[in-house]
Amino acid sequence: MSKLIKFNIDGQECMAEEGRYIVDAAKDNGVYIPTLCNIPGLKPKGSCRMCTVKVNGRLMTSCTTPVSDGMEIENHIEEIENYRKMIVELMFVSGNHFCPSCEKSGSCDLQALAYRYQMMVPRFPYTFSQKDVDGSSPLIIKDQNRCIMCKRCIRAIIDNEGRSFFTFKNRGIKLEVIMDKEMGQRMNEAEAEKAMEICPVGAILKKEKGYDVPIGQRKFDMKPIGSEIEN
Amino acid sequence: MKERIIEIIHKYHADKTRLMDIMLDIQDECQYIPEECLDILSKELVLSIADIEQTISFYHFFSQKPRGKYQVYINQSAVAYMMGQSDIIEAFEDELGITLGSVTEDGAIGIFGTADIGMNDQEPAILINKRVFTQMTPYRVRQLIDDMKAGKDVKDMAVKAPGSGKNSDPLIDAMVHSNIFRIGPLLANDYKPFDYLKDNLSKIKAESIVEELKKSNLRGRGGAGFPTGLKWDFCRKSSGHDKYVICNADEGEPGTFKDRVILTEMPELVFEGMAIAGYTIDAHYGILYLRYEYKYLETYLNDLLNRMREEHLLGENIAGISGFNFDIRIQFGAGAYVCGEESALIESMLGKRGEPRDKPPFPVEQGYLDQPTAVNNVETFAAVVKILTKGADWFKKLGTADSAGTKVLSISGDCQFPGIYEVEWGITIQDMLDMVGAKKTQAVQVGGPSGTLIGPEDFQRSICYTDLSTGGSMIIFNRDRNLLKDVVRNFMEFFIDESCGSCSTCRIMPAVMLDKLDKILHGKGVKQDIRDLEEWGTVLKASRCGLGQTAGNPIVMSIKNFRHLYNQLLNRDELKYNGFNLEEAIQESCQVVGREPVIDHGHLKNGRERPECKANGTHKPECPDLSGHKDFEHRATNL
Ligand SMILES: Cc1cc2nc3c(=O)[nH]c(=O)nc-3n(C[C@H](O)[C@H](O)[C@H](O)COP(=O)(O)O)c2cc1C
Ligand code: SF4
Repeated sequence: MSKLIKFNIDGQECMAEEGRYIVDAAKDNGVYIPTLCNIPGLKPKGSCRMCTVKVNGRLMTSCTTPVSDGMEIENHIEEIENYRKMIVELMFVSGNHFCPSCEKSGSCDLQALAYRYQMMVPRFPYTFSQKDVDGSSPLIIKDQNRCIMCKRCIRAIIDNEGRSFFTFKNRGIKLEVIMDKEMGQRMNEAEAEKAMEICPVGAILKKEKGYDVPIGQRKFDMKPIGSEIEN
Repeated sequence: MKERIIEIIHKYHADKTRLMDIMLDIQDECQYIPEECLDILSKELVLSIADIEQTISFYHFFSQKPRGKYQVYINQSAVAYMMGQSDIIEAFEDELGITLGSVTEDGAIGIFGTADIGMNDQEPAILINKRVFTQMTPYRVRQLIDDMKAGKDVKDMAVKAPGSGKNSDPLIDAMVHSNIFRIGPLLANDYKPFDYLKDNLSKIKAESIVEELKKSNLRGRGGAGFPTGLKWDFCRKSSGHDKYVICNADEGEPGTFKDRVILTEMPELVFEGMAIAGYTIDAHYGILYLRYEYKYLETYLNDLLNRMREEHLLGENIAGISGFNFDIRIQFGAGAYVCGEESALIESMLGKRGEPRDKPPFPVEQGYLDQPTAVNNVETFAAVVKILTKGADWFKKLGTADSAGTKVLSISGDCQFPGIYEVEWGITIQDMLDMVGAKKTQAVQVGGPSGTLIGPEDFQRSICYTDLSTGGSMIIFNRDRNLLKDVVRNFMEFFIDESCGSCSTCRIMPAVMLDKLDKILHGKGVKQDIRDLEEWGTVLKASRCGLGQTAGNPIVMSIKNFRHLYNQLLNRDELKYNGFNLEEAIQESCQVVGREPVIDHGHLKNGRERPECKANGTHKPECPDLSGHKDFEHRATNL
């Protein structure tokens, strides 16, 4: 085990193993930092920017920054929480998120964070952009309308030769996640299951799976997001 | 064709990290990347097709659709438009009967827009099949089209003029001008190529070079200004089985072109600096990452590298120093501004999308192929040679206390002599304007779109790292320019096009802000819109790289320094109902459903004369003033 170090979050003294990512170290100390793109155990890719904190006065993503001794971290402060709320709102307006008709409603991280940040209506205008639904794979449906480009499927759903089933296409505002047509055909049950599970929103759904847990009993219906960490 | 593609792939040892080079070669062969290539690439390189497509679709100059035998790329920079690019586009469109972004029916000529090509001092400029045509006029467009229709080689077109300086070297043969209007110690012609490398390098230890650079206070010239000595020291001390030196010649910031001129006029200085870096950090490979727009320099630069190899200035035991093995290759980009960010540049060199990495780890720890890598700007390498030749003390005497040395500025826009000026750090904006013959100046964009836009009240400020910092781009606008419409808007579009899209903030927010700016430009803005822009822009600071962090700057800085221009456009002072017309807004839906709704505006006499939605909008009932109504306020600002 590597060395234990001290750091603090919003004035609270914390301890962690040196080199642990801030988001995990915070969790160990009962502090919740919201994330969307992070997959514990996998190399982080700070793309959603939700977990942004201030480290010694500088904005950093806590999923990619290791803790070090004496670090001063600001997490639950107005500036940061306002950024996070803006990010959630940006995601809502850039896609087409109709929660009431979404199979993932209640288990969706984005929806849960919108509740956490008490988003009533996004402050930004909706873009109503046209996006595609890809149902070509026998096992899954990929709905670009709900995709938040977190890159989780791209990073996690990989075949034996190290190739991703999903990749990005284009750049900037035109960025989208696409599925390799041929690999989509030969995706197996376990990969499909994992893809749906790894997707923080409802952009990847397993066919014939949608509503097996009734609304009202889903993950965040029972306990709000973050409550498993915060005491 | 299959054999030819396989040949290309094996020229690069079927190494998937060389996907960029492979695709550039395929494009040279086929003019685009045909569908059947994807299968071959996928099998030979063990990559999924989607994986290859994600690289292709990232870069502006790669295409999966034919873009014509002649591919005309028209510079979209704000300065190009100021110098008449609209007329050029119009001439192309009229003569060819197609619109920008399309190809003639016979597949011969395609015309496309492209971000700043680094020719701001000789606009309007265009690229045709990698050849640059500067100072275009509609007449020249017609000549070019005649020649293209006749099937002439781009080199044999009637639009031809000798470029200045080394641009007329047969290996370059470009109608480009170097426009050097002021030389200083860096660009001075007292430079004797490779003297330091040949005569002195063997006498100095790597540690002493680091010390000398630290002492000189040299800071990176690419924009971020990181101390070079410190960077090389970190890299030297990082462990890895190989180390790399990368020269960043992506030069994508609109308004900069000084790296092009340095690489044209004194490439020896840059390569010598790279070799010294190799010696210092113990690297065996150096790579010049050159933007695709400068591909016309390829033969010329490769020729120099070959001559260096012949003279044992590259290769093994360079300059007689045993164990000092170093070589340089050129890596081309394919049109992506973000690839100038050092970690995106490294990703691009690995054949991937140019997506910046999270830091830490920094490239000096884990860079190219995960090995310690020193990335520096073209001008930085050049400065290193001068510092080692003349001494840190000499260098420190130039410039100011915090910004040592000189800076090569690329100055363009409204002035008498746009071009390259080497100045000591510390010069004021006013002196700079006088130097280049700028009159009636309304504003100066310091450091390109990601920098800051300043007006006359700031012209006494000085150019240095602690005041107005710049990677070299200086764009001048006179009083006749419409800053918001022609400059700020252009810059915002640039960032929207160039974002890699990885961060939620940088992917979405600039487009949201541009919409709001357009609302104001269309005369529909209210005060709250300006407050929104200021507040919303702040979230961009949470983006991963400098592109996103500064992507709101064109708007934020112009609000800060040119608020009056915004105020003039506001339609009323306070947040009020601002002319929203329900009939107009639902016209499209009316057409789709084929019915017109009956709208109750709540102010009708007797409830009888209900106005009907007429597609031609002849009936415009008065609407109630809803200002002050909370819900409405919220939505009204978003309209
Ligand atoms: C979006 C973006 C574009 C950049 N483009 C360039 C560039 O074209 N050339 C360059 O030298 N540095 C560029 N940089 C800065 C590099 O990341 C890096 O700091 C620089 O190459 C380091 O060299 P220096 O220390 O010698 O300046 C860019 C940075 C960002 C964020
Ligand atoms: S800030 Fe923009 S360009 Fe930079 S990594 Fe994020 S999305 Fe990409």
